[in-house]
Amino acid sequence: MLSRAPLPYNPKILELFKNPKNLGKMDDASVSAVAGNPMCGDMITFYLKITEDDTVEKASFESYGCAANIATSSIVTEMIKGMKLEDAWRISYKSVAEAVGGLPSVKFHCGILAVGALKRALRKYCETKGKCLDWLEKEPSFEEKQALEEEQLAKMLEKRMKLAEGR
Amino acid sequence: MVENVKELLRAHEGLKREVYLDIENSSPVPKEIVDAMLPYYSELAYGNPTLTHKPGWEAFETIMESSQKIASFLGCKAAEEVNFTPGETEANNLAIMGIAHSLKEKARKIVVSEVEPINVLHVVELLQKDGFTATKIPVDSEGFLNLEKLSETVDHDTAIVSLSMVNHEIGTIQPIKEAVETVLDKNEEAVFHTDASDAYGKIPFALKDLGVDLATVSSYKILGPRGIGCLYVKEGIDLERILEGQIGTQRLWPGVENTPLIVGFTKASELAFQNFQENVAEMRKLRDKLVEGILSAISDVEVNGPKGMLRAPDNANLSFLKCEGESLTIELSLSGVYVSSGSACSRRLLQPSHVLVAIGKKFDQAHGSILMKVSRVHTEEDINYALGVIPKAVERIRGITGSTGGE
Repeated sequence: MLSRAPLPYNPKILELFKNPKNLGKMDDASVSAVAGNPMCGDMITFYLKITEDDTVEKASFESYGCAANIATSSIVTEMIKGMKLEDAWRISYKSVAEAVGGLPSVKFHCGILAVGALKRALRKYCETKGKCLDWLEKEPSFEEKQALEEEQLAKMLEKRMKLAEGR
Repeated sequence: MVENVKELLRAHEGLKREVYLDIENSSPVPKEIVDAMLPYYSELAYGNPTLTHKPGWEAFETIMESSQKIASFLGCKAAEEVNFTPGETEANNLAIMGIAHSLKEKARKIVVSEVEPINVLHVVELLQKDGFTATKIPVDSEGFLNLEKLSETVDHDTAIVSLSMVNHEIGTIQPIKEAVETVLDKNEEAVFHTDASDAYGKIPFALKDLGVDLATVSSYKILGPRGIGCLYVKEGIDLERILEGQIGTQRLWPGVENTPLIVGFTKASELAFQNFQENVAEMRKLRDKLVEGILSAISDVEVNGPKGMLRAPDNANLSFLKCEGESLTIELSLSGVYVSSGSACSRRLLQPSHVLVAIGKKFDQAHGSILMKVSRVHTEEDINYALGVIPKAVERIRGITGSTGGE
């Protein structure tokens, strides 16, 4: 059923929405990754510049999404700046939600998607370079799984609605 | 949570102008209407209209005169056909559930369209759990009903057909008279309900000529107060109440009549109808200025719904591609332009508007959709202000989207 929930965004989210940090495509990125798709109404691209000693030198993002999506993406790029890849991998959606001062419950998936995009980028980088084998989990993380589920759900719903329409 | 809202509101301080275009979801009540209502709270007609004292009789007189006025604007035969309810949601629930219950031994099929408001669609879902069957009539890419499909669908088991006169999201003016004839051709007993909330005060019609049995009207969509509306029930149509309690002047809705709201609804109706042609022409002029202004200033914008005279004069529904709707509503709000987006966030996904999906829009087109309605109190300056704000807001949100969000 379609319903609407009140969305009293907190000042931190509003500030990041108005003045997002680290916004935009990075031309010299070491790796980039996407989570979500336009059908979800949420889509994030992360760009990471990683140094030889496996440190995130800088990070940026682009977001097709709501204020919570923009804020959580932006805060992730701030959180991981200067971090070792292994430490960046340990970031969870809960710590991201906390860092933006809390998320309305219907917006939790935005924080999950942001971390999902980050972990996809880290995994892609590590696998391409054959690095981080000592700590990178082979199984997809919670956030990567959730991102994949959200993408599949949106595709399935759109297909189902199309079918219903052609009835 | 409340602290957050206070901060959000502080972020709006110092606005030069405010332009409210979200009449679909609530509306400001012009002072003229509030002034008409105020005496009815503490000076006049505050009694219960069924009781034997002066304030009661005053309330009775006020409610009866209001019914007569609204009946004349609706083109009914009698004032008794107007039943006040607390709004569109309640009137639609009453119409569909009330008929389903009163006809359940004879007919168990409900026919609606894919683009009805959710206060119709959700009632139908509820009745399906109760053993009723339901069919949703499809619409074309502009939202017009498929009358052939309607004709194929209606049969002798059909209890009620509910089809809006004007679509609430995309402004499509439906061929209701033809739809009524189509239904009658297949089953003379079937009850025809129309939600006329987006037609009342916007397009000319007379219920007695259309041949509908039930019609819903909302007060706030013509700038009256929220919490009031009515259901027209043609004489001789039998429907069951859906709530029980003390019945007074409104035989279909128990509880103490809300005289001040009824007065406000009536005043709003008078103002909408006293210069009907001029009001509508002005709305259309402002709406066209808004839409044309946006289309000429911003690229990759699609109009949802029909163009021209088969669209309600107040309705504008546009999809801004690569620009997420909720973000755009916040950005516009921070500049004093208030609109709504067709999509609503659910736990996992953004749910696209079912109306836009039904007219064949893809999810990403729906997610960037913005619904705006102009009213008889908007001015040229309001539209100019909105046109100054909207392109900048879209540009900023698209800047966040960047290369993500569909190529």
